[in-house]
Amino acid sequence: MDMFKDKKTRNDIILGIAVIILAAGIWLVSELLKKDGEFAVVTVNGTETAKYSLSEDAEIRLESENGGYNILVIKNGKADIIEASCPDHVCVDQRAISKTGEAITCLPNKTVITIDGEEEAEIDFVS
Amino acid sequence: MKTKKVAMLGLTIALAMIMSYIEALVPLSFAVPGIKMGLANIVIIFVLYKIGTKEAILVSLIRVILVSLLFSNVMAMAYSIAGAVLSLSVMWLLKKTDKFSVIGVSIAGGIMHNVGQIIMAVILLGTEQIALYLPVLIITGTATGVVIGIVSGLVINRFKNIRL
Repeated sequence: MDMFKDKKTRNDIILGIAVIILAAGIWLVSELLKKDGEFAVVTVNGTETAKYSLSEDAEIRLESENGGYNILVIKNGKADIIEASCPDHVCVDQRAISKTGEAITCLPNKTVITIDGEEEAEIDFVS
Repeated sequence: MKTKKVAMLGLTIALAMIMSYIEALVPLSFAVPGIKMGLANIVIIFVLYKIGTKEAILVSLIRVILVSLLFSNVMAMAYSIAGAVLSLSVMWLLKKTDKFSVIGVSIAGGIMHNVGQIIMAVILLGTEQIALYLPVLIITGTATGVVIGIVSGLVINRFKNIRL
């Protein structure tokens, strides 16, 4: 079995380049659609549980359904998770968010923080 | 022949689990949140190429179930299974076309593992915004896929003259 056959290697490279272009495309579109957000929206297990204005600094403890928690901090117009009960701490490692469409996700606690724009913009988005 | 296969599958499942364990010991999460090396995929690709598709499915699913039970929680199992199923399906398809080398197959596997988990997250959490994390995971999946593909290719080559 000759795995370094030229044609296959060429196809591998084409595949690699294609997916990188695809990733860049998705990223570009999402960057262009981003706007400064107004609210941090907390979603636990698929239901919206709370909404906090980004203009007021705050520190909130979010309880999840499995008994875990995430500490959400709102500071200088940005929302960030600084502490969590989950073992992997992926949510803590994620950067602070402030633009619409950005999200911080904690899979073990089924908690997602998203950013919302003005109410108006939201209606546009739905329609 | 049958005993040999049972022994072979037991061995590869154990190996895949050890790979997952090593991966848990060396988290890459600090660099890019949520990424993994996908070491276990070396074993899955090896089984796919050297033993068979059915066996690869078996090894992959048993590995996911055992690893989730041992090292993480049942919630994580849903994500892992979604990733494993999509990843293996696409790798099998690409291998079947015979147009890509092990590296191409591995790249697709790495990316699709991430895509499967994102799809599961969107379904379970009901937040489409998670999908915006895709570009990052596609790029890291490609990078780890190349490395895993090269290693898998080397391993498969060593077994060129050995029938399993």
